[in-house]
Amino acid sequence: MRNPAKRYFFIFVLPTLLAFLIAFVIPFILGFFLSFTEFTTVNDATFVGFSNYIKAFSDDNSFLNALWFTVSFAITSVISINVIAFLLALMLTRTVPATKFFRTIFFMPNLIGGIVLGYIWQVIINGVLYRFNYSITSSATFGFWGLVILMNWQMIGYMMIIYIAGIQNIPTDIIEASKVDGAGTFTTLRKVIIPSVMPSITICLFLTITNSFKLFDSNLSLTAGAPGNKTQMVALDIYNTFYSRTGFEGVGQAKAVIFFIIVAIIALAQLKFTRGREVEH
Amino acid sequence: MKEKALNRLLFIILLFMALVFIFPVFIVLINSFKIRFSIASNPFEFPNADTFTGLENYTEGIKNTGFFSAFGWSLFITVFSVAAIVIFTSMTAWYITRVKGFFNNLLYYALVFSMIVPFQMVMFTMSKTANVLGLDNPIGIILIYLGFGAGLSVFMFSGFIKTVPLGIEEAATIDGCNTFQVFWKVVFPILKPTAITVAILNTMWIWNDYLLPYLVIGNDYKTIPIAVQYLKGGYGSVDMGALMAMLVLSIIPVVIFYLLSQKYIIKGVASGAVKG
Repeated sequence: MRNPAKRYFFIFVLPTLLAFLIAFVIPFILGFFLSFTEFTTVNDATFVGFSNYIKAFSDDNSFLNALWFTVSFAITSVISINVIAFLLALMLTRTVPATKFFRTIFFMPNLIGGIVLGYIWQVIINGVLYRFNYSITSSATFGFWGLVILMNWQMIGYMMIIYIAGIQNIPTDIIEASKVDGAGTFTTLRKVIIPSVMPSITICLFLTITNSFKLFDSNLSLTAGAPGNKTQMVALDIYNTFYSRTGFEGVGQAKAVIFFIIVAIIALAQLKFTRGREVEH
Repeated sequence: MKEKALNRLLFIILLFMALVFIFPVFIVLINSFKIRFSIASNPFEFPNADTFTGLENYTEGIKNTGFFSAFGWSLFITVFSVAAIVIFTSMTAWYITRVKGFFNNLLYYALVFSMIVPFQMVMFTMSKTANVLGLDNPIGIILIYLGFGAGLSVFMFSGFIKTVPLGIEEAATIDGCNTFQVFWKVVFPILKPTAITVAILNTMWIWNDYLLPYLVIGNDYKTIPIAVQYLKGGYGSVDMGALMAMLVLSIIPVVIFYLLSQKYIIKGVASGAVKG
């Protein structure tokens, strides 16, 4: 039987398809192609093989520094965000007064944009460091922890909401049963609650890892990479390679391709790893 | 009894955490009423007779950034982009879920794939493409947002559509509805909770987005994040007072939106994640 819906392709799919081709598919293919060329605009591209990829690492250390900084930042933030968010979720699924109020407060920073977040924390961190005659740009360590604090402040509430939903989905009889069987609080947590919220853990890890790797706005507003380029993350490094150095557009695009491959591999590996640990009720 | 004492302790911990969470916004708020020179050195002090400047930071900041125009453009772009995303991606998701075929499957996986690609991968080529096609204006950027938002939105709609029983749609077809009517009169009302989630997630993204609008329309049209960044980048020395005032002004609409639609936001984030 012919599906009558097929005649409606032009109304149902074409607008999205067209926008998707223009905003993503064509730029993606073009970007991949341009990473093997030297160009200043798209029209004057000349093929140079892998030289942009070699230059990305050999021309200066900025890309490797940025990669290392991003990885350390991501590991620190992912762990701290998820631990704190999970603990808050455990507290807020008990019969503590005013849980709704707390949820509202903890989630709020997530709605504030990255540029604004960066300036908010710049004032506060500089206010503290000023007493010791430092500023956030005095040392890369300050910038690093500034970014970690900022990221925690922004993402904890979001992850907390996901963990709360996960914990509330656990059938209460399972927890009751484990208590009847004499399991203590920590055994219940380790053997019942954590395995049951694995789907939430999967999605929270995915969101925190990809967001930590892709961070750009807050990096630009909090430190802009200072001092030197020591607190520059990969996204900002690529941006500066593109727009602050003429003749390096191809290198910027090559860095972007490498960045894409790294993010894709990590995201897929993590999904496969945690998905394998999910249990069905 | 032990349970009660524990809950009391947890309440105190939560209260302390809540204060920590509010503190940064509160600091920005009090500093927005202080003269600019007293901010960097002592942001933790309340304004006093010497440092209080009334609304001067606000008038100065609004004048230097063109805040109201930025607010207008942010609102325009966000509202129309989100509307376009909800209308078109829900139709697309339904179509490619219901009409099987190689092309529809390919489109679905391409859309899902686009979700993990970092923006830097396409930022240069996308802004050039937008420029060549004449999309570098507040109306053209809506199409760009539709293209970028399509991945997550189609993914979320599809996940929900798979759980909608086919029988309802078949019954409507037998009753004489054409495909367009089946979708808008029967399917879309069922999709409403997902549509709200999709709308909220995209609103949060587009309203706060900086780099995409900066690269596509930033020279001629400033949105709020671009205006705030401009205040910092456009001058040799930064007017901290004006910056504080602009931070407050950019947070106010977000807080109002949040308090009005809190219920949906929290639900949307939770349900969006469960399906992911």
